[in-house]
Amino acid sequence: MAAVSQLQRQFIEYTTSLYNEGYLDDQYTQLQKLQDESNPDFVVEVVSLFFEDSEKLLNNLATALQQKIVDYKQVDSHVHQFKGSSSSIGAQRVTNVCIHFRNFCEEKNLDGCLRCLQQLKHEYIQVRNKLEGLFRLEQQILQAGGSVPMMESICTSASTMSSSGKLSA
Amino acid sequence: MGVAADSQFHVLAVDDSIIDRKLIERLLKTSSYQVTTVDSGSKALQFLGFHDDDEVNSNQPCVSPNNSQEVEVNLIITDYCMPGMTGYDLLKKVKKSSSLKDIPVVIMSSENVPSRISRCLEEGAEEFFLKPVRLLDVSKLKPHMMKTKIKETHEHQPQHQENNQEQQHKQDQEHQEQKNALEILEEVESEQQSNGSKRKSIEEESVTKQNKTQIQLWPICRFD
Repeated sequence: MAAVSQLQRQFIEYTTSLYNEGYLDDQYTQLQKLQDESNPDFVVEVVSLFFEDSEKLLNNLATALQQKIVDYKQVDSHVHQFKGSSSSIGAQRVTNVCIHFRNFCEEKNLDGCLRCLQQLKHEYIQVRNKLEGLFRLEQQILQAGGSVPMMESICTSASTMSSSGKLSA
Repeated sequence: MGVAADSQFHVLAVDDSIIDRKLIERLLKTSSYQVTTVDSGSKALQFLGFHDDDEVNSNQPCVSPNNSQEVEVNLIITDYCMPGMTGYDLLKKVKKSSSLKDIPVVIMSSENVPSRISRCLEEGAEEFFLKPVRLLDVSKLKPHMMKTKIKETHEHQPQHQENNQEQQHKQDQEHQEQKNALEILEEVESEQQSNGSKRKSIEEESVTKQNKTQIQLWPICRFD
């Protein structure tokens, strides 16, 4: 039983840090709320779709920016898609890079776009690793016979610690 | 417990993003709606049984005589930004179609562009949701679907009477009562989050405000 509570503590700490460091935002909590006994794998399923989609988009972006004559509308369209999908799962840092990326597309600034693509790859890999780590911890807790702590309470304490200025109940 | 009205509502969700389709489907199913998702405006029109000559002012007979969709759709929720037919194009086509124009349409967009929002609302969209869409947004859908049901019931039961006295006031009262009903529905929706006793008092108020005739015009509407 000690193993379970230790794992749960680890999970809480890890989750809190992800929110504090801006890797995840409230939208991720919203996803958790939609998961229940009838849809126990909802979050993993959506996040997996996000991973697949992201890798495709990153390849498309690299290709588009390598063209002799860059089609910035096309590039922007890929970034727009990436912005949407990352925002739908709460991958806040990825979304923020996409916002900057779109500005460079509008300016037709190739250098800026290339730098953003690098940043995007970096942030994507980071959040993917973090989420995979989170899922692994969840599996360990469940296999040890415990239950995964509720996100809502973790999120509330995280927001009091962050500089959002919001008071939590 | 009365009839579970929500299970009768069928929503058609349109979005080119597979992630957003999965999300909206879960949001709608959690709120007890039946859901069909499609990935484009043209597929949505196909599903709705839309015909090109099916316009409000068209004199041409339709290809299929019954002209209606195979499955009843009570609301369309669509993404704005889609390749090919945008959500706005879809909205326009639906509102111009004689068979589909009464289906409420809701637009979703990741971008907060005021001119876009007003354009959609002017074209007849009921609501405009900013993405990512949440449960709170989805809770705003029911009144729009209920309005369609009330309208249908009203059209099909114009003679439903209790006694001679009501018959005299009926025409004036009906309009007012429908208005009251819709207001109450909206009230109930906005009170959804508050405690049970507050909701119950609204329910009691609605029963005293309406006479039996009105309640009988609303066979599927339950507040409990």
